[in-house]
Amino acid sequence: MNTPNLHLYVLAAPLLTAFAVNLLGRVSRTWIGPLVLGALTFSAGGALMTLLHVLREGAFRYTIGNWQPPLGIELVVDPLSALMLLLVSAVALLATSSALKSVAHELPGREHLFFTLYMILIAGLLGLVLTGDAFNLYVLLEITAITTYGLIAMGSGRAALSSFNYIIMGSIGACFYLLGVGYLYILTGTLNMADIAQILPGLDAPAAIATAFAFLMVGLWVKMGLFPLHVWLPNAYSQAPTGAGAMIAPLMTKVTIYLMIRVMFSIFSPDYTFLAHAGIQAGIVWAASLAIMCASGLALAQRNLRRMLTYILVAEVAYMVGGVWLANGTGITGAILHIVNDAMMTLCLFLAAAAIIYRTGSLEFDRLNGLYRRMPVTMAAFTVGAFSMIGVPPTCGFFSKWYLILGAVRAGHPEFVTALLISSLINAVLFFRIIELAYFQPASDLSRSEPQQAGEAPLLMLSPLLLSAVALVAIGLGSGPLIENIIRLAMPPGFAP
Amino acid sequence: MIYHSSMLPLAAVCISLLATVPILLSDCKPNLRESWTLLAGIGKFLLVASMLPAVLSGHGFVFTLAEVVPEVPIQLRVDAMGMFFALVASFLWICTSLYSIGYMRTLEEHNQTRYFASFTMAIAATIGVAFSANLLTLYLFYEMLSLATYPLVTHECNADARTSGRKYLTYILGTSIGLVLPAMIITYALTGTLDFTAGGILAGKASAATLTLLLVMFLVGFAKAAIMPMHGWLPAAMVAPTPVSSFLHGVAVVKVGVFSIVRIILGIFGPGLLQNLDLGVIITTLASITVLVASLVALTQDNLKRRLAYSTIGQLSYMVLGIGMLSAAGMTGGILHIAMHAFGKITLFFCAGAIYVASGKKYISEMDGLGRRMPITYGAFLLGALSIIGVPPLGGFISKWNLLSGTIESGQWILLLVLLTSSLLNAAYFLPIVYRGVFAGTGGNGSPVEIREAPLFCLIPLTATALLSVGLFFFPDVFLELVHIAVFR
Repeated sequence: MNTPNLHLYVLAAPLLTAFAVNLLGRVSRTWIGPLVLGALTFSAGGALMTLLHVLREGAFRYTIGNWQPPLGIELVVDPLSALMLLLVSAVALLATSSALKSVAHELPGREHLFFTLYMILIAGLLGLVLTGDAFNLYVLLEITAITTYGLIAMGSGRAALSSFNYIIMGSIGACFYLLGVGYLYILTGTLNMADIAQILPGLDAPAAIATAFAFLMVGLWVKMGLFPLHVWLPNAYSQAPTGAGAMIAPLMTKVTIYLMIRVMFSIFSPDYTFLAHAGIQAGIVWAASLAIMCASGLALAQRNLRRMLTYILVAEVAYMVGGVWLANGTGITGAILHIVNDAMMTLCLFLAAAAIIYRTGSLEFDRLNGLYRRMPVTMAAFTVGAFSMIGVPPTCGFFSKWYLILGAVRAGHPEFVTALLISSLINAVLFFRIIELAYFQPASDLSRSEPQQAGEAPLLMLSPLLLSAVALVAIGLGSGPLIENIIRLAMPPGFAP
Repeated sequence: MIYHSSMLPLAAVCISLLATVPILLSDCKPNLRESWTLLAGIGKFLLVASMLPAVLSGHGFVFTLAEVVPEVPIQLRVDAMGMFFALVASFLWICTSLYSIGYMRTLEEHNQTRYFASFTMAIAATIGVAFSANLLTLYLFYEMLSLATYPLVTHECNADARTSGRKYLTYILGTSIGLVLPAMIITYALTGTLDFTAGGILAGKASAATLTLLLVMFLVGFAKAAIMPMHGWLPAAMVAPTPVSSFLHGVAVVKVGVFSIVRIILGIFGPGLLQNLDLGVIITTLASITVLVASLVALTQDNLKRRLAYSTIGQLSYMVLGIGMLSAAGMTGGILHIAMHAFGKITLFFCAGAIYVASGKKYISEMDGLGRRMPITYGAFLLGALSIIGVPPLGGFISKWNLLSGTIESGQWILLLVLLTSSLLNAAYFLPIVYRGVFAGTGGNGSPVEIREAPLFCLIPLTATALLSVGLFFFPDVFLELVHIAVFR
């Protein structure tokens, strides 16, 4: 058995670094930056090579310690998980660079604690992407959740309360998921996804299987913050320390969407998911459409940039859920593409928010006046991110929206088309409101009175922001090859873009 | 037309896009900054013009930027129609750049760097629209143009500009996302392509009802063409500095709207399909209403720029009306009017700006006797106005002649009546301005003595465009030839 072990190192690097950061970070703060950046650069590089390997050689399975399933833990490295692996490690790397500055600014003296949790969280996310075991998935889900609770609670103000709310909702979601796995275990006697998938079609227990499926789905929906199960998300993500928010917001929801896709297509089959229960598929698309509208509407009511972004995030989650449940290749392509795109857009916007908060100390709308003059580079990147959220070509947000709408047209779901268009228009209103505030400053607010606030954020925050903005256009222009070479291979069998 | 792979279209689009960087960097050196603008403008025109002989002899150029959606790449393609529009836009852009320098410096406007940078992006987007090979690429540049012009419309940065900016975006972005985008995706779902193909791609792909819906979505969705009721943004956008109004809201932005509609009718639907389904009447009805109502409203406007804006709304629908006739002469006239109106209207706006620079006056009622102080400006204004009214020997006559013969050719007598009525209205709202300027106010001490002609940087461009309006009457060959290739092949 001679499979490459690279993906395992991708996973192990942040995990081991977490402990090194805790120990060495106590001695000297200066160790933290090189350690985390080094580990994540290694992970991102390894993830890229893993992806290339998979594209060249095809998908493979890997058993940790060579313990064969169903007893051992199996990792699945296929085009979809390799793509996610690269996405998670790359986004984490960019976010970390900015987080180093903002954590030193917001949590002086506690950097080593922050980055310990932070690195474990990244390791957990990478593990979630790779695992081929339903129970293992639960464990990793809890690892990411618990570290996230800790990170959010380190924020200021009411962050602890928000974290507590999240703990309750997150635990409920985890319980649902665990119950679902329990049902499956009772039915099949195994926890390995591939084994379950093989055994399930031969069983004659429709009610029990349906119950398991429902529990798994609802559990993941709570975890990803699908409207109306989202109530924990805006508070938690907007009150977390800036550095944590910029990594959690882009990745956590997207990885959970990925898990939903895994459960739908790797544990259950597309046939079962879409066809076994009449009306469910159409019903979920309807629910997602309503969710998009409601979340976008709520975003309009926010008066703080980061809170506004979190509500947009809730709407975007419904984009992807709806896209997957359109039950055609185009919709699923759109959803997978949107996982990548939304992670990058959210990253870009949260990094911009981090840079702004670093310089001005606030993201309340009335403090954003004149930002185009004070931080032109940051605002240029923010504008690119905003255009991508609105869906202006050639930014990547346009192309995933294109596939989502096209999928909805082909599947005959006008309500989803309408919801996506209205949400795009609302995004235009939301972002142009910010752009207006930052662009037309009242003459009195020329920052002469507060010169120390003028100027751009430090390079460590600015460069990942610019990289992510450039990536938005690059991914947009490259979406053809991206779909043709990677996402097409990542589709469930029987579906084509 | 035979297409050759070439970098020329890309270079023509990108030269001004790239120029934004040195423009932004030479913030503190206005002369250097404006040299970049002019250099990019002249370079762009030369690049466009260098492709002209090939296009006239039936050869086009194509460049694929990226494969983004199956069968729909981001692709630039130079054909007769695109060449026609690009030629007009890139030439007038040079005049506007010169004019901008005179206007902005005399008025000592703020944020000139941002202004010139946005302007170069806008012209890049305009040429991009002209050279788009398919609807997706066109949409990309269309949106880019909307966003690049936002800082120009809101240049004044006051409450007025903010309101207008909102209105501008609501109309332009709202319709393009809300109507054009879904219409485009439905078209793609029906046909699997978005390529502009002679004869259209939609024939036989959908029911008459669906096609009608799509047509209306496109017509209303391209709000830059300002077909009523989607015209409200244009008068509002007049808060922008006059060079912006003259070039963008007299030529580039609005004509991008008309051009998009032309592309939709010629390349997506195809005149034959529209004729079979009798859908031309939808287009001509909407356009006729706009022509008449806009001309009537223009009569009531006292603000000179707003009057010109309503005149533009009416004239844009002339073009749409011509295309909607679906007859050869009508389409020729409609497309030709893009160029003829461009030269006339930009002259008028230049004159309005020159009057403002020289005297600070915006309202027609304040301009009594001004013509005697500014004879060159008023002379040019008269030429521009006559061209738009359609009087020989001015360029506007040729397009109107074609439009009129189009109505006769297709026997649409009501449209003939609409065009003639509108021409009378055009005369009624333009000529009094000249009359008041030259003959009124002789009794009193009239205008203050110190009002003189605007600076040379303003005066030269407006004289040039006015004379060219005359020249186009005598030498319309290049444009006519391009239009004939576009319509008949």
